[in-house]
Amino acid sequence: MTPVIEVAGLWTQFGDHIVHKDLNLTVMSGEVVSLVGGSGSGKTTLMRQILGLERPARGTVKVFGIPLQGSSMQMLLKIRKRWGVLFQEGALYSALSVFDNIALPLRELRAFDEDFVHDMVMLKLDMVDIERRHAAKMPADLSGGMIKRIALARALVLEPELVFLDEPTAGLDPDRSESFVKLIQSLHQKLSLTVIMVTHDLDTLVSLSDKIAVLAEQKLIVYGTLREAIAVKHPFILNFFLGERGLRALSAVGASVKLKDAN
Amino acid sequence: MTASMQPAPAQAILDPDVKEDRSGDGAPVVALSGAWDIRALESRARILKARLISAGAGRNWDLSRIQRLDHIGALLIWQAWGKRRPAGLALAPQHEVFFANLDAATGTLPVVPFDRLRLVRALGAATLLALEHLLGLVQLLGQILIDSLALLRHPLHGPWREISASVFRVGTQALGITALVGFLIGVVLSYLSAEQLKAFGANIFIINLLGMGIIRELGPVIAAVLVAGRSGSAITAQLGVMRVTEELDALSVMGIPHTVRLILPKIVALAIAMPLLILWTSGIALIGGALAASAQLGISVNSFMTGLPGAVPVVNLWLAMGKGVVFGALIALVACHFGLRVQPNTESLGIGTTNSVVTSITAVIIADAVFAVIFSDVGISLS
Repeated sequence: MTPVIEVAGLWTQFGDHIVHKDLNLTVMSGEVVSLVGGSGSGKTTLMRQILGLERPARGTVKVFGIPLQGSSMQMLLKIRKRWGVLFQEGALYSALSVFDNIALPLRELRAFDEDFVHDMVMLKLDMVDIERRHAAKMPADLSGGMIKRIALARALVLEPELVFLDEPTAGLDPDRSESFVKLIQSLHQKLSLTVIMVTHDLDTLVSLSDKIAVLAEQKLIVYGTLREAIAVKHPFILNFFLGERGLRALSAVGASVKLKDAN
Repeated sequence: MTASMQPAPAQAILDPDVKEDRSGDGAPVVALSGAWDIRALESRARILKARLISAGAGRNWDLSRIQRLDHIGALLIWQAWGKRRPAGLALAPQHEVFFANLDAATGTLPVVPFDRLRLVRALGAATLLALEHLLGLVQLLGQILIDSLALLRHPLHGPWREISASVFRVGTQALGITALVGFLIGVVLSYLSAEQLKAFGANIFIINLLGMGIIRELGPVIAAVLVAGRSGSAITAQLGVMRVTEELDALSVMGIPHTVRLILPKIVALAIAMPLLILWTSGIALIGGALAASAQLGISVNSFMTGLPGAVPVVNLWLAMGKGVVFGALIALVACHFGLRVQPNTESLGIGTTNSVVTSITAVIIADAVFAVIFSDVGISLS
């Protein structure tokens, strides 16, 4: 297995405020990695660093073995075609219809005719369980859950190898978030994606992650399986996983945790 | 869930290729090989699609030598098949998943029927929209009056800090741009008039011409157009973004009427700042005009200024200030009206801001015409 993401010695600084101090993270191909941490611990900032939306003060970020800093525009463009991002609020283009939102990345390639684009959009809509009568609607007319699923369809339309999910289940009702988790799970199995996810939702975390990266004190305090993460004695981990809510979520999937342990 | 294992590539990944072949029993077979994923197809999709179609439907297909496949490749092949699975097909089991739900991709979007009465409908819709805007403006004005009456009973609860902040933003911060534009207009006007007046030997009338023109008409209109572009758009955009981010709803549920907190301060502030800005713009324009006149016609700045009170009756100044109050309130009212109508999407914000500026400038010009008609015999000395 090859590393898809390599973050080495990363420092992020906004003015005097240090967000990340000498942070290291390596994600292998096919893994599902969850970033967790308290509010303001720099989870989303780390994801933005990996996406090249922020500049590191020090250190390097490599994606698919290509460093984000100092690479040519063509190289960066190649990386950007190989990943898909689901933003927290969906970030659908509000001026475009659902259909055009999903079709946009395909049309930008200028490689496919309109018939192909149409069929591909329909296929992706079906994949995320959106009925085609919604295709002509504008994002403002949709519910939060539908926006998330359509944004996922847009993120997946170029068949990415790497998918970023920022709070994929935040703002969804339990039923919807359950089905969203199932959807991501099945897509991960079918398409053998590498997934990086920021989440606060313990159920999502426990049922999806292969590995958990816990951010606190400006670095990763743990990077490993759920069992390894729980074993670390740190106030954040005690609160997050072994608090009342955490224990409930863990006990609900107790069987699978044991299964993971056996592996 | 364990990490899914990807088969390690045993050999080099080849480019996608289409070959017409014969199978063991001599039947013609279309054999595909290489990588059929987006990375490989991006540059050659059209060529490969043409080759797939020319290879012909109804034959046997051998897809077992495809090294990589994704939905893009599968859909391309599926379309070449005429969106049906062919009878004779050899497919690697791990690629089966990409063909599993391709049926979902077929079918078409509902087509919108052509509307013969399109133009008539558009005209009707535009008329109704204009009436709706008018009604909305009147309603907004009424709401503000009602809310400010309530304010009279509790004057200490008034949004005084907001008004003061708005006066600074729309007034003080606009001093620079209004001065620059006013000065240049004054200079240009003076130069152009000087040529004509010199021809008639009527040099001294430059004072009357510039004085009346700038103080009564140009100063107020130029200042109002600048403020409409500068502050009107800002007000619309601010209220529009507050609509998008649900801040307006947050105010409503706290029981804070946004007319009092947001709109009234802007209208009052513009009604205060606009006459002052007009005074400022006209003053600077006159200075520019006087400087140009002294250069062109030899009328000293000093005699220009001393001649001004005789040429322009002081009532014109009051008229300009009155226009300022009306223009300021109009600009703020129109800007707030369009800001409150913004829908929660980015395109609507752009349209709303454009409409706001265009409408407020038009409203200012119309109001100016009304002023000109009503006060046609006020302040024009024919001595």
